[in-house]
Amino acid sequence: MHAELERATGEKMVLNFGPQHPATHGTLRIVLELDGESILKATPHLGYLHTGFEKLGEHLDYNQFIVVTDRMNYLSPLSNNFGYVLAVEQLLGIEVPKRCQYIRILMAELSRLADHLLWLGTAALDLGAFSVFLYSFREREKLYSIFEKTTGARLTTSYTRVGGVLRDLYAGFDEDVRQFITNFPKALRETHTLLTRNRIWMDRTKGVGPIASEDAINYGLTGPCLRATGITHDIRKAEPYSSYDEMTFEVPVGSNGDAYDRYLVRMEEMVQSCHIVQQALDNLPDGPVNVEDNKISLPKKSDAYGHIEGLIHHFKIIMDGHGVQPPVGEHYCATESPNGELGFYIVSDGSGTGYRIRIRPPSFLNFQALPHMLEGGMVSDTVAVLGSLNVIAGELDR
Amino acid sequence: MNEEQSVAESPLVLQKLQENYADALLAHEETRDGVAVVVGKDDAYALLEYLKTEAELGYTYLVDVTAVDNSQLESELVKYDYARFMVVYHLYSYQGCCRLRVKVPVHERDLRVRSVTSLWRGANWLERETYDMFGIAFEGHPDLRRILMPDDFDGHPLRKDYPLRGRGERESFNFETQNV
Amino acid sequence: MGLDFGGARNLSADSGFMDDNIITTTIDKVVNWGRKNSLWPMPFGTACCAIEMMATLASKFDLSRFGSEAIRFSPRQSDLLIVSGRISIKMMPVLKRIYDQMPDPKWVISMGACASCGGVFDTYTLIQGVDQFIPVDVYIPGCPPRPEDLIDAVMQVQQKIAGGEVPKGIEVAV
Ligand code: SF4
Repeated sequence: MHAELERATGEKMVLNFGPQHPATHGTLRIVLELDGESILKATPHLGYLHTGFEKLGEHLDYNQFIVVTDRMNYLSPLSNNFGYVLAVEQLLGIEVPKRCQYIRILMAELSRLADHLLWLGTAALDLGAFSVFLYSFREREKLYSIFEKTTGARLTTSYTRVGGVLRDLYAGFDEDVRQFITNFPKALRETHTLLTRNRIWMDRTKGVGPIASEDAINYGLTGPCLRATGITHDIRKAEPYSSYDEMTFEVPVGSNGDAYDRYLVRMEEMVQSCHIVQQALDNLPDGPVNVEDNKISLPKKSDAYGHIEGLIHHFKIIMDGHGVQPPVGEHYCATESPNGELGFYIVSDGSGTGYRIRIRPPSFLNFQALPHMLEGGMVSDTVAVLGSLNVIAGELDR
Repeated sequence: MNEEQSVAESPLVLQKLQENYADALLAHEETRDGVAVVVGKDDAYALLEYLKTEAELGYTYLVDVTAVDNSQLESELVKYDYARFMVVYHLYSYQGCCRLRVKVPVHERDLRVRSVTSLWRGANWLERETYDMFGIAFEGHPDLRRILMPDDFDGHPLRKDYPLRGRGERESFNFETQNV
Repeated sequence: MGLDFGGARNLSADSGFMDDNIITTTIDKVVNWGRKNSLWPMPFGTACCAIEMMATLASKFDLSRFGSEAIRFSPRQSDLLIVSGRISIKMMPVLKRIYDQMPDPKWVISMGACASCGGVFDTYTLIQGVDQFIPVDVYIPGCPPRPEDLIDAVMQVQQKIAGGEVPKGIEVAV
């Protein structure tokens, strides 16, 4: 009623943006208060995709929960798998073999590419550049086929295990990936020629949705959104996990913290990811991919079928409540997912299921800064800013 | 910050806290992921403010606010006078590249904690989520509403006494009054 | 030509002219033929399945080869609702409203395990199958279904339309 009245007097107008709006990718909702074309106030509403992951974590085995992490950030499930098992492994106090660490890095970086590609496609699509969407999906399909050959699924990969990975890389992996990363820069250049100096793209993203670096820290922004404001912070560098300290790469930063800088940072991150993939491929060590401890990772199939101990170990890990049992305690582990800091805070009571699994999602905090970026801007900028943040509803609402 | 240093002497943040907030600290620990401290509810705000503003520490980044329902974790319950909930803050310092966990026990009879939104704007939604999921009220919060669940939802899903499959909300939720 | 009006029969007149140029059929069949080949899907994508749906629409799989490329985000312009992803109790009223806004006849595809039955998430907030609230014509299994599966489902809807089937959502007076 209130809104109706104000609309009649021509003062303020309330625009309900979403939840079903093409630019909100399904599940975000923003209520905008407008004065003509400019935004006075933006109020995001969320929870439309709330699924109860954290509650589910209290009922599933540590290994079963990996399946749930896939479905959280579905643009780059492999990074989630990685972040989660890393947290459990640190809680257990184990370290996986070198080869496994490298494989995980490979997969995480490839999925960073996949994530940024999808972001690029949809962000450009929302601003009217349809061909970029088709180009980036063409590249993504190549990645999909690599993922599918490695993990058995295109999207819901569930590739990592506590103490290792599902299986070793397939025989032609090296070739496939090398081919991909040699062709990829060309595809990226294509996009650059389409967007980077494009008048329309620049007009719609430059100076749009800016945030200063102090505000970004205050809001808890992470990932490309934080780096676009000029802060050189990357968890892969600051607290190297797995074997990231053995990789050389650069952390691209922006300076204005606007949508255009976020775009540039992500574009450059893709190049850096390619470098990391290259190095990881070149230096991929031999050896086992799982920890030797039979209480943590499944024994070989031949052992499970051929020896009684193997069978018992297999049975115990699979059996409800007998699987991986970290000691009583708690642990927080952060990884640099494509969107920023993805943290898992796990409280263990010593049993086979977590007592409390808290997911610290990057999108949740990035999305929170949206009103700050929007207010005072134009209503048409909403789409540009939203696109540049890459908010993933599955991770936002969990 | 190499290993030997941190073994030899306790981290700077612990020294500082012990100097200034000795009474407030209920427990402290050096963990694999940084430092963890437990503080009483009344001192929590002041301590967090100190951590943020003290130039030598510089915990300017609030990573996460959440809570744990300890009602089925006897070992934790006995430590803090049977306080059912533990509000957990994770902080990070860009200067020292180190993490800190601050835990605040909260009794069920008095489910109130002072909000830190005045220190970190990022705390806004995190506290709302904690309120939604655990029913812990944050005093001084500008807009304490449910965030993930519908407004007319009853109960707090992440409490241990709330069943995984809900209490029939899946069938009986309100189609009409929801603001769509 | 590839025009198949289903049961169309040439009136064989004496002249060859009539053979090629006149087709007789019923109005229903023409309408159904038109409908079948110009489905306008309304994608209601919420979660991971939506990404596969996007892949289906994009370069490699290209749904438009099968006569339904005009994706419409406005329910009032579409006749095929593709529900892909998890639907929570907060989202269900939105979905219902969108379904109600679509003009008849309308078809519904429930894509993926979550939309069809809740999938791996048997939790307090997730609707265990959208068919409790809206009628579903075609279910796609899978978590997520492959793009081929979605294409297959769209073709099944087309077959249903061509066969003159009535959508689940329409109650036929007996
Ligand atoms: S069916 Fe699987 S892929 Fe589809 S929305 Fe559900 S969890 Fe995601």
